[in-house]
Amino acid sequence: MVPNDRRYTKEHEWVKVDGDRGTVGITDFAQKQLGDVVFLELPEKGRRIKAHERFGTVESVKAVSELFSPVGGEIAEVNTALAEKPETVNADPYGAGWMIRVKLDPGQPAGDLMDARQYSDHVAKEAK
Amino acid sequence: METAVGTLRKTPLNPVHRELGAKMVAFGGWEMPVEYSGLIAEHMAVRSAAGLFDVSHMGELEVEGPGALAFLQRVTSNNVGKLTDGQAQYSALPLPNGAPADDVIVYRRGGERFLLVVNAGNVEKDLRWLEEQAPAGCAVRNKSDDYALIALQGPKSPQILQGLTSVDLSALRYYHFAEAEVAAHPVTIARTGYTGEDGFELFVAPDRAADLWRRLLDAGKEAGLVPAGLGARDTLRLEAKMCLYGNDMDETTTLVEAGLGWIVSLDEAKGDFVGRGVLEAQKKEGAPRKLVGFEMVDRGIARHGYPVYVGDEPAGSVTSGSYAPFLQKNIGLCYLPTARAGVGTAFHVDIRGRRVAARVVPTPFYKRPQ
Repeated sequence: MVPNDRRYTKEHEWVKVDGDRGTVGITDFAQKQLGDVVFLELPEKGRRIKAHERFGTVESVKAVSELFSPVGGEIAEVNTALAEKPETVNADPYGAGWMIRVKLDPGQPAGDLMDARQYSDHVAKEAK
Repeated sequence: METAVGTLRKTPLNPVHRELGAKMVAFGGWEMPVEYSGLIAEHMAVRSAAGLFDVSHMGELEVEGPGALAFLQRVTSNNVGKLTDGQAQYSALPLPNGAPADDVIVYRRGGERFLLVVNAGNVEKDLRWLEEQAPAGCAVRNKSDDYALIALQGPKSPQILQGLTSVDLSALRYYHFAEAEVAAHPVTIARTGYTGEDGFELFVAPDRAADLWRRLLDAGKEAGLVPAGLGARDTLRLEAKMCLYGNDMDETTTLVEAGLGWIVSLDEAKGDFVGRGVLEAQKKEGAPRKLVGFEMVDRGIARHGYPVYVGDEPAGSVTSGSYAPFLQKNIGLCYLPTARAGVGTAFHVDIRGRRVAARVVPTPFYKRPQ
């Protein structure tokens, strides 16, 4: 099930907005495609990023995948627990597997993100 | 190795993999299962219990006739004359430059009957190379479509297989094989593998493969046997420092450079063979570079093709690199100049533009408890 409380990119990231903060992670479909996650490269707190800018990489045993932020702003928090337990991204991609929290620039998130239904359709097409 | 999906070949076990929910990928022109329950779980199952692999994509070439032994002595690197009936040997098909056209296992079925198991992506190339050189009185035939190949690997393999066959497996030594019935199917059982564990490779007729696979999985369930994909096969072989053709060796790396001098026989009884000049000189005097095992010192996973630097000097690239699930380290293989290849040597791997520290370590990275 794709959660209804957040928005999605076509590269399979999600953002959940609470007030002026946007929490970012990858979707269940993405973690399944990757397989066992064993390594993450995440940015430093305080860095500014633009919407759709690369903010890090996630690596499974077999694959390397770039991470793109659905939203722009200043990185307010990084999920440092993932360095020790990268498998959390597989186990709980929409919860404890979150990656960064962004203090949103005004006007974010932009309107080009998908809602849960649009994202489900997108996945169904890609899985074909 | 990537091929358009429409043109991929399928093994006789393809429907079984789909039933099991495997993730399928293209490999060597075949559609193969890369993982079922998850790569790490499968890898660990093979180290601690057992895993079942479909390796039917591998090629089988028969070499038969009165001239077969002399021919194989001429085109392989190892001494085929040492084999007795029912014995197998790891070997290679060297080119005149001393580099392998392929690495192979040679099975002696009889004095004039041999079977070569070759890499999936090299079947056509090997066949042409051998046919070009085969003398009268020696036939080379591609029998790849006559066999499915199932690998049962891991410390629990003997007890699992013994439950399905009357052949005494305790008498079947490493790199030996026997004709047997397994779960009422005629099977050639070889005590070989590509994981660093004890185990078997089972040659069976394609139409019997699915039933044999299911019977093995059932028989091994309690012992912890799981189906395992090419993903785990790759990380298992890397921990055991077994070379992958096309990555760690190819037509530009000599067997001695690849650390395979031990399958190059200079025995008088073997006589001359393709590539002997280069290989003999390198065995005696050393090669300019060698394949080494390394582990990452700083955070990062080295992967196939990433550039390597010794000091500021470019020194080739990573040939295999991965997170190693059993060792829980990031490891890899690469070629280094022999003078700078000693254990402990510090160097750097360029990971997507960032130079990350690595060091040469002893290999194999993993050796099974005896």
